[in-house]
Amino acid sequence: MMIILSKATLENVYAAFVLANGARMEGIEAEMFFTFFGLEAIHKKKLEHLHIATVGNPAMHMPTLLGGLPGMEALATHMMKKEMERIDMPDVHEFLDILKASGVKLWACKLAMDMFHYTKEDLYDDVDGVITVGDFYKQGSGVGTHMLFI
Amino acid sequence: MEKVIAGATINVNEEGYLTDFSQWNKQIGTDLAQEANITMTPRHWEVIDYLQSEFKKEVPLSIRKIGKSGVVDIKEFYQLFPMAPLKTASKIAGIPKPVSCI
Repeated sequence: MMIILSKATLENVYAAFVLANGARMEGIEAEMFFTFFGLEAIHKKKLEHLHIATVGNPAMHMPTLLGGLPGMEALATHMMKKEMERIDMPDVHEFLDILKASGVKLWACKLAMDMFHYTKEDLYDDVDGVITVGDFYKQGSGVGTHMLFI
Repeated sequence: MEKVIAGATINVNEEGYLTDFSQWNKQIGTDLAQEANITMTPRHWEVIDYLQSEFKKEVPLSIRKIGKSGVVDIKEFYQLFPMAPLKTASKIAGIPKPVSCI
């Protein structure tokens, strides 16, 4: 399972992580490609501070104006994190540790790295490498490989 | 459905998980492991013992819990039971299929 993560909102990051981990749990190979804002999920200084989106997210059932108030995102994120702990969901850093221990490969997108002026040193230590989209396609060129874009 | 293994008849569901843990014994576990191409070692049995004790305590299992068990870390768990470790190990242990997504 090849999973491309292009967003840094907590709900998207968790979706990608659960899908990758779920694949490994079923004995399916899994690799992740972090591009654009998805890079924040493997950025050492940012991965602990990801938020859920309260604006532009109809499932929040909250008027856009209200969702845009200062502190709203932090409040919603705090509530979601509490719920996640209750259902035994690890935080982002621990989840990355679990993915690595389970054999998931983590790749950072070279183009996005250049755009955000990130270096390999900015990233979570166990990232497997910084590669191009072509490299990632090559990784997933086996028969029966599925690719998901999040 | 019934299944004959290790000289005994056991009840399993359509996916091969024992439906009655009391029918389980170590020889059945060994033969179930062989069906999954796993040769049991003392290290494997330590993990199986842990899974069974959690099952008896009615604690739902997840990969995260295994990692925090102090019995085995996640990396070694995947090495011991290479394909779908939590499911394979549960099947060998004679306990129900885990329902966790993490």
